[in-house]
Amino acid sequence: MATTAEGFDIHSDDHAHDHADHKPGFFARWFMSTNHKDIGTMYLIFAIIAGIIGGAISGIMRLELAEPGIQYLQWWAQFMGGGNDLNTALHMWNVFITAHGLIMVFFMVMPAMIGGFGNWFVPLMIGAPDMAFPRMNNVSFWLTVAGFFSLLFSLFVPGGSGPGAGTGWTVYAPLSTSGSVGPAVDFAIFSLHLAGAGSILGATNFITTIFNMRAPGMTLHKMPLFVWSVLVTAFLLLLALPVLAAAITMLLTDRNFGTTFFDPAGGGDPVLYQHLFWFFGHPEVYIMILPGFGMISQIVATFSKKPVFGYLGMAYAMVAIGVVGFIVWAHHMYTVGLDVNTKMYFTAATMVIAVPTGVKIFSWIATMWGGSISFKSPMVWSMGFIFLFTVGGVTGVVLANGGIDDNLHDTYYVVAHFHYVLSMGAVFSLFAGFYYWFPKMSGRMHSELLSHLHFWTFFVGVNVIFFPQHFLGMQGMPRRYPDYPEAFTLWHQVSTYGYYIMAGSMIFFFVNIAYALLAGKKAAANPWGEGATTLEWTLPSPPPYHQFETLPVITDAHDYHDHRPVTA
Amino acid sequence: MATLPPVTDDTARRNLRTGLIALAGALAMLGLGYASVPLYRLFCQVTGFGGTTMIASEAKAATAAASATGQRISIRFDASTASDVPWVFQPSQSTDTVTIGERDIATYVAKNVGSKPITGMATFNVTPEQAGKYFNKIQCFCFTEQTLQPGQEVTMPVLYFVDPAMLDDPNMQGVEQITLSYTFHRTADPVTPAAPRTN
Repeated sequence: MATTAEGFDIHSDDHAHDHADHKPGFFARWFMSTNHKDIGTMYLIFAIIAGIIGGAISGIMRLELAEPGIQYLQWWAQFMGGGNDLNTALHMWNVFITAHGLIMVFFMVMPAMIGGFGNWFVPLMIGAPDMAFPRMNNVSFWLTVAGFFSLLFSLFVPGGSGPGAGTGWTVYAPLSTSGSVGPAVDFAIFSLHLAGAGSILGATNFITTIFNMRAPGMTLHKMPLFVWSVLVTAFLLLLALPVLAAAITMLLTDRNFGTTFFDPAGGGDPVLYQHLFWFFGHPEVYIMILPGFGMISQIVATFSKKPVFGYLGMAYAMVAIGVVGFIVWAHHMYTVGLDVNTKMYFTAATMVIAVPTGVKIFSWIATMWGGSISFKSPMVWSMGFIFLFTVGGVTGVVLANGGIDDNLHDTYYVVAHFHYVLSMGAVFSLFAGFYYWFPKMSGRMHSELLSHLHFWTFFVGVNVIFFPQHFLGMQGMPRRYPDYPEAFTLWHQVSTYGYYIMAGSMIFFFVNIAYALLAGKKAAANPWGEGATTLEWTLPSPPPYHQFETLPVITDAHDYHDHRPVTA
Repeated sequence: MATLPPVTDDTARRNLRTGLIALAGALAMLGLGYASVPLYRLFCQVTGFGGTTMIASEAKAATAAASATGQRISIRFDASTASDVPWVFQPSQSTDTVTIGERDIATYVAKNVGSKPITGMATFNVTPEQAGKYFNKIQCFCFTEQTLQPGQEVTMPVLYFVDPAMLDDPNMQGVEQITLSYTFHRTADPVTPAAPRTN
């Protein structure tokens, strides 16, 4: 390929007048990228595209749920190439919930948090020139993209009573084995294999980078909390994802090669799949939120112009959440028939997690307390995060009770709970991080007005969507159904109106990006003022293609908060 | 390839070491995922988790009978078949009241109403699940495969006793009935020359 050769040529020519901001040609730069900032940018763009698709699917679902009865599913079933009967329509519903869940978890939140912001800012914050394994970084990204295509492809091949995989994001057996004939589920599983492999390689890369490539003097206890959060997340990925890989490989062989890991006829047990899945699945929810915790800590400290309160407590609270996160998985399975002692253990262990999480919430508030707070866009998103994540955490403590869960399991109460912690917790932290670092990444300032409009409309929208779902759940509306008795109509309608508000608010987001890129003011190296003290703000905006050719030095005079060069 | 940042040999070596250790950790977890299959089975068999019943020897049955106190408990019998097993499968009695510790016999009747010989194997469990470790089978049709010719009907026995140790278990307080359930699943079809394999 000509462009490749060109990339090589420029590179070899350039040794004579080497320059930190020299970039390779287009194809080599974006398709064979080994630069952590470029890969981070690609992850963010990828996550935005996946988020649009996943968000559009949730729009289809909210539209269908706006009133009782089946209104649009048959049209969608035909549109996707299935039959016109009710069974195919209902299968279509299962396909939508599956695709929405898998896309949002594996192809929106994870790539944005870890691949996007992690890639961009972990090396910058620890004073490293790049990731430890830049080529492996590239492999991780393209494996994730390939996984996404495999999942999209599954929508167009037969998967049982219609096209697509209709198994839920949990892919429980026996629905995913004997219950879904056709290749769709195989492609969905393969998609998880690819994305999982990409994430495991990425986790290896982050662990190595953070352990070995910190700037001289940057001890573990001086690292910014965002780096701590990515380190803990990387360990969770490394220990949890292989268990998912094992479980879904067993699904594949059960489906295609006659094994009976989860088939009672051959001595297997479907409940074992649930154990394996949730042994991965519970750490996975912390994988999705921990980098958000890290970002919120950076942002709250920056805009309160104070070091974060209780730094070590904050760092080890994340470690504690990560460790305890591995021994609470069966609280997702209270209704499979656990005996009362097992439920008691999992209830108690689950509630213990509220302690380190509470440490974090109170430390953020204590950081703001007495601070000189400026309500810039990243800060309002962070404060929104703290409030909404706490609401989701409180319903989580309710659901942790094995006895109460008997009543609320698989109802909209659960849907409301995990959307409060994810589509508000994780997503608010993503937007906070986006507005915080967008000037650094692009070199352009976004509009504060549009960001605030985005915040307020989004805040109202998601609360109108999800708060009424608590009521629906407590009244007994089960999740994963496209139809319901008329008694549930009111709150479903309200919830759908909330979706319109939320979708409308995204216009502000996209207009804001377009405005910033086309007409935004040039961003200074540090647009946020004296509170922004980590290393990325010592570089120009955007940072040069290769940064830190002379490594920054962290001296005894530096603490965990302020990493700016000491001016004598 | 785009230019790689300057990395010293020493850092590269340390990176490789850390990276390989991390990948080894991931591989170990993958192995553990697979190891969980036999471990889970073993765990259920040993602890009676999930209503897994126990297999008892004659000697154990004799010990249990010796410590019987004369208290009685009701046993309910349940039977079902997987959708691809064309058998009528029912217990001969729906409930039975037995003395705790003393051995008892129950029978199930199965009839193949299909047109082909079918080999099946029964899976079993009891509810409430904490009763699993006290429900002991001495002999059971579920220990072996059963083949039924078209139209054939068989009566199959299960010889069992309830361990008197349940009386000392606080988790078993208030349990007045134990349900024993069997489900027949199809195993590999019997070896008949022209039998087409259906999946």
